[in-house]
Amino acid sequence: MSPILLAEQILNGLQSGVMLFLMAAGLTLIFGVMGLINLAHGSLYMVGAFAAAAVAGATGSFLLALIAALAAAAAAGAMVELLVIRRLYARDHLDQVLATFALILIFSEGTRWLFGSFPLYLDIPPWLAGTVMLPGGIEYAAYRLALIGAGLAVAAGLWWMNARTRLGIQIRAGENDREMIAALGVDISKLYTLVFAIGAALAGLAGALVGPIQSVQIGMGEPVLILAFVVIVIGGIGSVRGALVGGLLVGLTDTLGRLLLPELFKLVTDASGAATIGSAFASMAIYILMAGVLIWKPTGLFGARA
Amino acid sequence: MPDSVLSTHELHKAFGALRASEGISIRLLHGEIHAIIGPNGAGKSTLIAQICGSLRPDSGRVTFLGRDVTALPTEARARMGLARTFQTSALAMDQTVMQNVLLGALGASGRPWRFLSRVARDAGLRDTAEAALLETGLQDLARLRTAELSHGQRRQLEVAVALTQAPRAFVMDEPMAGLGAEGSRHLTGFLDRLRTRAPILLVEHDMDAVFALADRITVLVYGRVIATGSVEDIRADPLVRDAYLGDGA
Amino acid sequence: MNREWLLNAALLAGLVVVPGWAVWADEPFTIMLATRAVIFALAAAGLNIALGLGGLVSLGHAVFFGIGGYAMGVLASHAQNYTPLYDGVFTIQGTKSMPVIWLAAAVTSGLAAWLIGVLSLRTSGAYFIMITLAFGQMAYFFAISWPAYGGEDGLSIYVRNGFPGLNTLDPIQFYGLCLAWLCLVLWGYARLRRSPFGLALDSARQVPDRVRAVGLDPRRLQLVALVLSGAVTGLAGALFADLNRFVSPSMLSWQMSGEIIVFVIIGGVARLFGPVAGAVFYVMMEHWLGGISDYWQIFLGLVLLAVVLFGRGGLIGMICGKGRPDA
Repeated sequence: MSPILLAEQILNGLQSGVMLFLMAAGLTLIFGVMGLINLAHGSLYMVGAFAAAAVAGATGSFLLALIAALAAAAAAGAMVELLVIRRLYARDHLDQVLATFALILIFSEGTRWLFGSFPLYLDIPPWLAGTVMLPGGIEYAAYRLALIGAGLAVAAGLWWMNARTRLGIQIRAGENDREMIAALGVDISKLYTLVFAIGAALAGLAGALVGPIQSVQIGMGEPVLILAFVVIVIGGIGSVRGALVGGLLVGLTDTLGRLLLPELFKLVTDASGAATIGSAFASMAIYILMAGVLIWKPTGLFGARA
Repeated sequence: MPDSVLSTHELHKAFGALRASEGISIRLLHGEIHAIIGPNGAGKSTLIAQICGSLRPDSGRVTFLGRDVTALPTEARARMGLARTFQTSALAMDQTVMQNVLLGALGASGRPWRFLSRVARDAGLRDTAEAALLETGLQDLARLRTAELSHGQRRQLEVAVALTQAPRAFVMDEPMAGLGAEGSRHLTGFLDRLRTRAPILLVEHDMDAVFALADRITVLVYGRVIATGSVEDIRADPLVRDAYLGDGA
Repeated sequence: MNREWLLNAALLAGLVVVPGWAVWADEPFTIMLATRAVIFALAAAGLNIALGLGGLVSLGHAVFFGIGGYAMGVLASHAQNYTPLYDGVFTIQGTKSMPVIWLAAAVTSGLAAWLIGVLSLRTSGAYFIMITLAFGQMAYFFAISWPAYGGEDGLSIYVRNGFPGLNTLDPIQFYGLCLAWLCLVLWGYARLRRSPFGLALDSARQVPDRVRAVGLDPRRLQLVALVLSGAVTGLAGALFADLNRFVSPSMLSWQMSGEIIVFVIIGGVARLFGPVAGAVFYVMMEHWLGGISDYWQIFLGLVLLAVVLFGRGGLIGMICGKGRPDA
């Protein structure tokens, strides 16, 4: 195995890690402020991807597609919050899980009804096609590099929002003390809708950005949602920093596991056996990582409350 | 020196910069009611949590029946006979009064791993539960849902559950809280008789009850013991008057 | 007797009469649907132990359902290929005998529940939900990437497994076996919730601090509940695989976990016959609405949303009044 291959895989791990971060950040923000566990977050990811694919197909513009993804996911999020989600804040987690599971069914079948069962394709924009040469002779896909950049930019933006804006102060107040925030004169139901829409927009952005490297199809959101849950369990519920660290850990573990575990098993068994056993165990690597964190720190790396 | 049933030795516990327990050493003797008093934020709840096992001290020891129980979890201390009541009632509101008391008896029996027999038909558990209800005067309410009880009745049920546990010591966290004058008087009389069964560590805000019941009083202020002694000693202690009771007391 | 008791009796009577009618009218498809409903009810009755009595929101019960299914698939495939399952220090042969398969399914899924429980019960609330969902996904991906037993394509069995003295190929006889299991488990559930363990578990759900204070460990109680729950759902998985003579990773999918929890909730959580009402309702919706529209799950979603938001207590709760049944 060459160092260049390893470096490429590390970059791939970072790329999937920052995309997981976009999902996990929204989920963890919504949980932190409203105490809501939202299974339909994956549906918002799907909404973003479908909106992007439809607009890119109609206009040919990737930037317009991204804007459409953000707008569609935020609008779908705000609408769902107003109609359904706000009735769930005072409910227990079981009701939240079931109602948002119902939303998954409605979103998935609704999308199938609108777009049909076949996957859509979203092209990499021409100005990000091809590869770039990185220091050390690593040739890497420009689009994937852009994804890493976009994810880190969003992380920085979230940090700035949290630390420097009025909204950030309100969100932090909401996480710590729900009565205090009402006492500050904040319209709490507007804040909740806004936070939910921001989370939804992040999910929609992730779906649109990943669209060109995976196919855009019904049910694309839920596997990512579950991975985002793994990220949150590792990083600690309610912590955006935990979502970033957890996302990168999961992304790197998954990618490097797929690369290294088959190699590792070659030491003890023949090549074809090693490939199958290795890939079977690689599919479990992130869950084993999660189990390890649970044993070591049950509330996650940056989490305080259960 | 008489043997203590329950004691703490130099308990320290800090939450960040807040020092909730600073070297607390107290002893609960046979047959006594030992009251812990102190203003809000004195660290009474933290102390109880460390004694009962829901909080691990940073340093120091808790001894129960001559055994160091500092490392034991709550349930192990309970099985040794440490019976507690909760400040805000920890009762299963959906269950009947009888079921709540049966749970205490079940815990004391140590035999919850029976899956097909009827718990209500277990004569041993029933006898224990009924005796506790009779003793607390709740026998006529046994079939009522706990949610339908009055506040005072719930306080009594708290004590009834503790009675089922073959107690060697009671730890009671503000049993008088929210009771009216009549209820307080009633419970005071009851606890007065209870001390012969097992000694009581009593955390209480109701000073009438404390002065009526306590053999000894420990005063806690900002995580420190500022005085321990008989009712007369405490009433007379200038430090206590100054820090806690105020001039009017 | 009260309304819920009457409703339960009516449901049970329906499970006897409708397939009986189907035999008379020679409608094997109806018997197949009824078998499907009964097996789903059994899986959900398993979950009801953890969820209804224990308050554990497990979103990973497909793991146990799927492990039960694979226990059947693995044992039966080795038997039909005449290859030993394990041939080392000692030899384990495959089998086509249902009782042995059931035992294997219940034991392996119970063990899996123990392992998942030990890890996930270190936390509670939202963490517990996410972790059970995640471990479910792990089992799913493992089944897909492990090629020995069909991987993504799953595993087929030529002939349904056998039970001494019965012809399991006859739909109504196989249905009878499934119904007998459901009745046995419901009887056990009814006993369990009035038992010493049931009281302790119910208290651990409502007031864990109290349970600790009387000398019991709530986590151990919940762990045992999860193991029992997983074993029952695993048994249902073995029957489901036998019904279809096929097992695939889809039995382990998160959708399956969601469906099992939906059976319980639509029927009525912690109600004795909640899982039965929910599973029967689901299979009927699937059959009738699925025949009308390819997008029938939209309606399922709307019904579920309505039940959660407005009709708490599920179908049985709506008919018999609110409130948890007295344990």
